[in-house]
Amino acid sequence: MLYRESGDFSSSYAEDSQTFPIKFDRYRYYFVLFIAIAVIPFMINDYWVNSLFLPFLIYAIAAIGLNILVGYCGQVSLGTGGFMAVGAYACYKLMTSFPDVSMLVHVLLSGLVTAAVGVLFGLPSLRIKGFYLAVATLAAQFFLVWLFNRVPWFYNYSASGQISAPERTFLGINITGANTQAWATYLFCLMFVIFSAYVARNLTRGSVGRKWMAIRDMDIAAEIIGVNPLRAKLTAFAVSSFFIGISGALFFAIYLGAVEVGEVFGIQKSFLVLFMIIIGGLGSIFGSFAGAAFLVLLPVVLKIVGVDWLGWPTDIVAHLQLVIVGGLIIVFLIAEPHGLAQLWRVAKEKLRLWPFPH
Amino acid sequence: MNMKLKLTTVALGVTLAAGPAMAELVFPSLSYRTGPYAANGIPFADGYADYFTLLNERDGGIGGEPIRMIECETGYNTEKGVECYESTKGEGALVYQPLSTGITYQLIPKATADGIPVHSMGYGRTSAKDGSVFKNIFNYPANYWDGASVAVKHLLDVNGGSLEGKKIALVYHNSAYGKEPIRTLEELSKKHGFELSLLPVDHPGQEQKSQWLQIRREKPDNVIMYGWGVMNQVAIQEAANIRYPMDQFMGIWWSGSENDVRPAGEKANGYKALTFHNVGDDFPVFADIQKFVVDAGKAAGAGDQIGTALYNRGLYAAMLAAEAAKTAQGIHNTKALTPAQMRDGMEALEITEAKMAGLGLPNFGPEFTVSCENHGGNGLVAVSQWDAAADSWSLITGYEQSDQDVLTPLIAEDAAAFAAESGITPGC
Repeated sequence: MLYRESGDFSSSYAEDSQTFPIKFDRYRYYFVLFIAIAVIPFMINDYWVNSLFLPFLIYAIAAIGLNILVGYCGQVSLGTGGFMAVGAYACYKLMTSFPDVSMLVHVLLSGLVTAAVGVLFGLPSLRIKGFYLAVATLAAQFFLVWLFNRVPWFYNYSASGQISAPERTFLGINITGANTQAWATYLFCLMFVIFSAYVARNLTRGSVGRKWMAIRDMDIAAEIIGVNPLRAKLTAFAVSSFFIGISGALFFAIYLGAVEVGEVFGIQKSFLVLFMIIIGGLGSIFGSFAGAAFLVLLPVVLKIVGVDWLGWPTDIVAHLQLVIVGGLIIVFLIAEPHGLAQLWRVAKEKLRLWPFPH
Repeated sequence: MNMKLKLTTVALGVTLAAGPAMAELVFPSLSYRTGPYAANGIPFADGYADYFTLLNERDGGIGGEPIRMIECETGYNTEKGVECYESTKGEGALVYQPLSTGITYQLIPKATADGIPVHSMGYGRTSAKDGSVFKNIFNYPANYWDGASVAVKHLLDVNGGSLEGKKIALVYHNSAYGKEPIRTLEELSKKHGFELSLLPVDHPGQEQKSQWLQIRREKPDNVIMYGWGVMNQVAIQEAANIRYPMDQFMGIWWSGSENDVRPAGEKANGYKALTFHNVGDDFPVFADIQKFVVDAGKAAGAGDQIGTALYNRGLYAAMLAAEAAKTAQGIHNTKALTPAQMRDGMEALEITEAKMAGLGLPNFGPEFTVSCENHGGNGLVAVSQWDAAADSWSLITGYEQSDQDVLTPLIAEDAAAFAAESGITPGC
């Protein structure tokens, strides 16, 4: 009843092609933005930020990035962990080399550095496809982790091989290091999330995104109708890596503060982000958020329920977590192979007709 | 109703970041009973928990104040470690012992900012020994560099005082933990004239064929290992497979538990490991643990680890924490403690033989005193050896002090670097 197109007239092309053509959707979007920007920062403490919001926001950026590559352009990548590491190490080198520059610049530059690296490793995609490309990006994953472990220049010759984020600011407010405020780190990451989602959404529904999707659906046909596969694939790699680099930089500098490349940016990170977009929904910005929320929040919720409320032993809960998350993934993929985003689309479709579905 | 109450307490505990002083002494245990490091994480967590249970059951806590231990599973994973830290610090946590060098590195700045002490006993950042820079971080009684130095000293003793021209290989976990001793060993190799070769093993360490092939080819005179978790078992098995002489193979204290050597069976006989406390269950305290903890059905985990090397280490860690809490209660003349008071207690901690004997742990560890300048104890380390037939470890040397001439400047240098990096003015 509330959720419908009727009575919502658009009188210009801009209005007609907006992201949320239905009024109710639009207001819901503004409402979520309002809550995220103006309400949550006043209500959170260290626990909420460091255990839930920061990982969720940062993984959402990574998922958006990977979704562009895999979901929109159809190029399977297992190199996400490695590209996140590029973002993290680029950010570290920039932070330590130019201490007076704002964190905003560092994070954006790390994204650009990762984009360049991503294009480099995207070159094989011009010749190989599908599983073979997945293996090529897997090589990128292992090579990059090995590189950051091997070359001391990347970790400023520190004895432990770890990189740790010194205190840096944005607009005079501490964003990295130990003495940060919960709201500041939250808002800083939120800003990048909104920026990434906005850019990604508008890229994917413009000509660039249509070229990616044409390549995804059938690359030969796309080439025949005039899509340049070189440009389309490499822009997908560049844009995707840009976002993944940003998320890696934030992951290191804001969330963890100290990083050990093999442990934090290993192959399991690549799989985690890939699972996020598969569960959330390939080729959907909302799906990236839903998948990130699912895989970040569920373990924490299960832990709180199992250990804090029911008082079960921690190891039982940790094992149950694997069972439950794994089981839910299977259930979701059987019930809805197109992910949470498709569930959402179906729900909206039904809501539009409700209460008179026939 | 009960559920609702619990919900409210959880919500409260979460909301009040800096909780009020509660009538309990809270000791979080960041343990790992799952994943590739569980074989080593379980005994330590059991020992840590059982000692606090013993204090609660036998003495009613510390100084009459009951102890509440919150266990949180990290899986040796830094992300989960951060989550555990954030979720427990609001409960009034007195001291963190994360049993992971990676998580320790994460916690050093966070805990310093929050004013909560961290005790990384025999792990973590070695230069935390310098208490004038690392005010909230403690790593007594020994650290990685002590371990490396005593290992070399032991080899000197075995080889008649000279290592000139010998080859020593370091097999290490390719992480902050495993890389810690490299700098020290490089210095020592210059001083004693041995040749050092480095063999990193990537997490989790199940695949070591190439490293051991290299050892087989290069035939180093000695192998030193800095391993953890499943890596230990695999390394010892691989060493046995290439018939490397076990008495020339020595692990740091984290590579010296029963769970590491048993899989290789008879072939592991003679393997050496460093330790900074005694082994076995021949101490009066174990009778109390049997009576008050095991027989009461309150033993942590499966209760099958009592008296193993890492169980003893967990127990030792809990004992040092409890003694520091007692010291803090004495200094501040209060029963309920804040993390800041606990820190003062740790910095004034004094472990004497009489004190340990009084706790039912005679001859269990070396004597040491903590001060503001020295958060790391005296670096006294002994060597233990595995006897496969008897299925037990035994100490084959006394406690020996590490080479302070080499270590002191290295620690000062690293601490100064950290101070400069994070804008700390060193001072006591």
